[in-house]
Amino acid sequence: MSDLTTLTIAEARAKLDAGEISSVELTQAFVDEIDKADALNAFITKTPEKALEMAAQSDQRRAKGEAAGKLEGIPVGIKDLFCTEGTLTTAGSHILDGFVPDYDSTVTTNMWRDGAVMLGKLNLDEFAMGSSNETSYYGPVVNPWQRKGSNAKLVPGGSSGGSATSVRANLCMAATATDTGGSIRQPGAFTGTVGLKPTYGRCSRWGIVAFASSLDQAGPITKTVEDAAIMLGSMAGHDVKDTTSVDVPVPDYEAVLTGDIRGLKVGIPKEYRVDGMPSEIEDLWAKGIEWLKSAGAEIVDVSLPHTKYALPTYYIVAPAEASSNLARYDGVRYGLRVEGDDIIDMYEKTRAEGFGEEVKRRILIGTYVLSAGYYDAYYLKAQKVRTLIARDFTQAFETVDVMLTPSTPSPAFGIGERMDDPLAMYLNDIFTVSLNMAGLPGISVPAGISQEGTPLGLQLIGKAFDEATLLRTGQIIEQAAGDLPTPASWWKEMS
Amino acid sequence: MSLIQGATGDWEIVIGLEVHAQISSQSKLFSGSSTEFGAQANSQVSMVDAAMPGMLPVINKYCVEQAVKTGLGLKAEINLYSVFDRKNYFYPDLPQGYQISQFKHPIVGEGIVYLDMKDGETIEVGIERLHMEQDAGKSMHDQHPSMSFVDLNRSGVALMEIVSKPDMRSSEQARAYVTKLRTILRYLGTCDGNMEQGSLRADVNVSVRRPGDELGTRCEIKNVNSIRFIGQAIEFEARRQVDIIEEGGEIVQQTRLFDPKSGTTRAMRSKEEAHDYRYFPDPDLLPLEIEQSMVDELAANLPELPDGKKARFIEEYGLNPYDAGVLIMDKASSDFFEDVAKGRDARLAVNWVTGDFFGAINKAGLDVASSPISADQLGALIDLIKDGTISGKIAKQVFEIIWEEGGDPAEIVESRGLKQVTDTGAIEAAVDAVIAGNPEKVEEVKAKPNMLGWFVGQVMKATQGKANPQAVNQLLRQRLGLD
Repeated sequence: MSDLTTLTIAEARAKLDAGEISSVELTQAFVDEIDKADALNAFITKTPEKALEMAAQSDQRRAKGEAAGKLEGIPVGIKDLFCTEGTLTTAGSHILDGFVPDYDSTVTTNMWRDGAVMLGKLNLDEFAMGSSNETSYYGPVVNPWQRKGSNAKLVPGGSSGGSATSVRANLCMAATATDTGGSIRQPGAFTGTVGLKPTYGRCSRWGIVAFASSLDQAGPITKTVEDAAIMLGSMAGHDVKDTTSVDVPVPDYEAVLTGDIRGLKVGIPKEYRVDGMPSEIEDLWAKGIEWLKSAGAEIVDVSLPHTKYALPTYYIVAPAEASSNLARYDGVRYGLRVEGDDIIDMYEKTRAEGFGEEVKRRILIGTYVLSAGYYDAYYLKAQKVRTLIARDFTQAFETVDVMLTPSTPSPAFGIGERMDDPLAMYLNDIFTVSLNMAGLPGISVPAGISQEGTPLGLQLIGKAFDEATLLRTGQIIEQAAGDLPTPASWWKEMS
Repeated sequence: MSLIQGATGDWEIVIGLEVHAQISSQSKLFSGSSTEFGAQANSQVSMVDAAMPGMLPVINKYCVEQAVKTGLGLKAEINLYSVFDRKNYFYPDLPQGYQISQFKHPIVGEGIVYLDMKDGETIEVGIERLHMEQDAGKSMHDQHPSMSFVDLNRSGVALMEIVSKPDMRSSEQARAYVTKLRTILRYLGTCDGNMEQGSLRADVNVSVRRPGDELGTRCEIKNVNSIRFIGQAIEFEARRQVDIIEEGGEIVQQTRLFDPKSGTTRAMRSKEEAHDYRYFPDPDLLPLEIEQSMVDELAANLPELPDGKKARFIEEYGLNPYDAGVLIMDKASSDFFEDVAKGRDARLAVNWVTGDFFGAINKAGLDVASSPISADQLGALIDLIKDGTISGKIAKQVFEIIWEEGGDPAEIVESRGLKQVTDTGAIEAAVDAVIAGNPEKVEEVKAKPNMLGWFVGQVMKATQGKANPQAVNQLLRQRLGLD
């Protein structure tokens, strides 16, 4: 029955509704697949017993006619940045050793309310800081894809590498993820999955381990656009516990997938045509433009003049917030403690051992840019530039409904290839990071295969709280791209 | 102006205060935890207060209203737009690793507090700002031989930091300022002002200068928790600074601690060691925007404040500024006075309330609320004096009886036969008896009319104090031919 794991949520839901399969059967199929996929290192914590128990409860609800939720009986993976009651939550960091929360994040609570089944906690870059999933204390996640004729291990992108890999390798039907600078969309592009980063404030941040509070946003990674619509419908919603979540109604995202984008104005931001961009990315972009045009959309050239400042600005704002958000990991109340001679010594030893290199780098950058004498030159200026970046979008969206860009400047690269060059690594987020700065929604949809035989994605950028248009347009790309190949399951032989 | 004398001349003290006042609120500034004092350690701590991963602060609207109310009470400008910032530093009793405070955009701007000094002078102390912030937890170093414990019950409790301008020039003024501020807060009901429970504490900034010179370098004395200590700390610190300067030294800007046992201050950390708090706007909280209508509504429902009440007492009850000033310092006392004075002789009421009544409760270590005598009882007693039923002297006796045993003053006077004798016949008889029995005194009083007092005393003694003193006086003058 292992083909159950290749189903989409929509397909599985139909089978469950028709009584063809049970949630327990479906869940068992995933539990079995997960056990064969240790080589991918996608999970930090597997929760098969919990999954099967939740699945059995779902089947009971269904038997009693009480199945109501849009994710009833659907097995999902949870990025290990979301707190889950009674299950170890690590944020991919040594410093949260042994931390088992007494609470569930609002997003996961919403999903359990809708009947979802938890298969386990997914690997990620430490505190979601990374673009390759190589900074995790629990080791790198491996991309299910390999280059043609090579068995070199590729990164799945980051920080939601575990989420993207597990969805692509059929280890879960869908996964939660978070995106601070591209952490949903870039792994989506690198693994051939759909990654949706909603508008800032669309999903509650409550119970999600914070990286950069003004940028972090939860969203789904799925196999299809339709599944992304289903997932977002469950995850989203206003939450009084998160003041930055916004009280706007959650539309029926599945109902907006009409396949009709006639008359839609699609903006092509010229600043995204960067120097040295591989021609295959250019070609993919051009293909995307053609697809939308033939579906009846109108293509409009737009300009986002402050685009080039987005990345440097991001690398001031995000580390600044992170340096403060991560101050609570001090060894006093939970997680790792390395004893010291006195309290300061304990702090120093705990944080030195508990945090990895990339996290330390960002804490240092953040502390520096907030320091007396540097604040105005860095943090304050970055905030001003951020306002300009947001204004660029506001102005461009006066003439277009949605924008189309590549998701990443390159396909997946090899593990270890860029770890020595943080700046090259940071460039991964060049197309994604502006949206976080502006709080706007974006989706990466698989659109093609690179010359190396690995996936490539196209990104759609939407107006605030207009995820509906993103999903509708995203599905047009998905359909136009046709049946893309899936990776050979080489990892099963290695387990 | 109060100056201190140094070996080389006079010095002026300049004082500014940062008062931390705990907002009277059932729950904390950003969480639903209780704020009740004295609970078991760590029993009032939410996930937010303990800074568990993923927790987010949510502003307590009631606390915002209290801060606005306090701003209005300080005649200060209310900022409809204010911002919460993070003040970053590491300490075990600061779980988040930062305190949420307001740095660049406080909720309340400039205001003013008037101080009525004993010599009748009125001092104006400017308020620089008022902002809201979280309190930290408490480190306990005396619970275990080798470990320190942390109690997070206070962690996240709402504070108002009220920053004065450096407008005070003596420890007396500083004490008067804190006293007045506490009175205003209590009238408003926004802070209970209990310094012994830590609800009100002050950081005291002290510098000295030659009168008229530029401001000197200041030292900040942290966390002084009684009005008396504030005075002592200032006195010591100013003298210390004068001594240093006069010996050719320089004042180093630093944070100091006051030691109540020795009455001295000692260095905690210097400016070089000062923290860089790396303030920045808290990204978990949107800027706080309040409506003018909310401010207007709070303003419309503001209770009467000490200055207003003082003016009214002078106007309505004809009190002198000193008496009015004493009465209004404590809201309960002033309410008590008004209950007693309403519809009665204000002079008599103020004398009884500030005299015998305050005297008795102070002596017994009680306060107005716990007094065994109610305003009604004291009022009824005053009524008996006013209508001539008893004399002031007997009234004191009745006061003591009510204090000890309770009861209705009129009934006590009746049942114990304390009623004043107004029957002229009886008084005449007593007067005549005293005159007849003391011929030599009668001679003396004719030469020296002051001696009349002796006769009054004798008659009062003969009537066991029940005779109406005015009647006795009048009759004696008549009989002795003194008119």
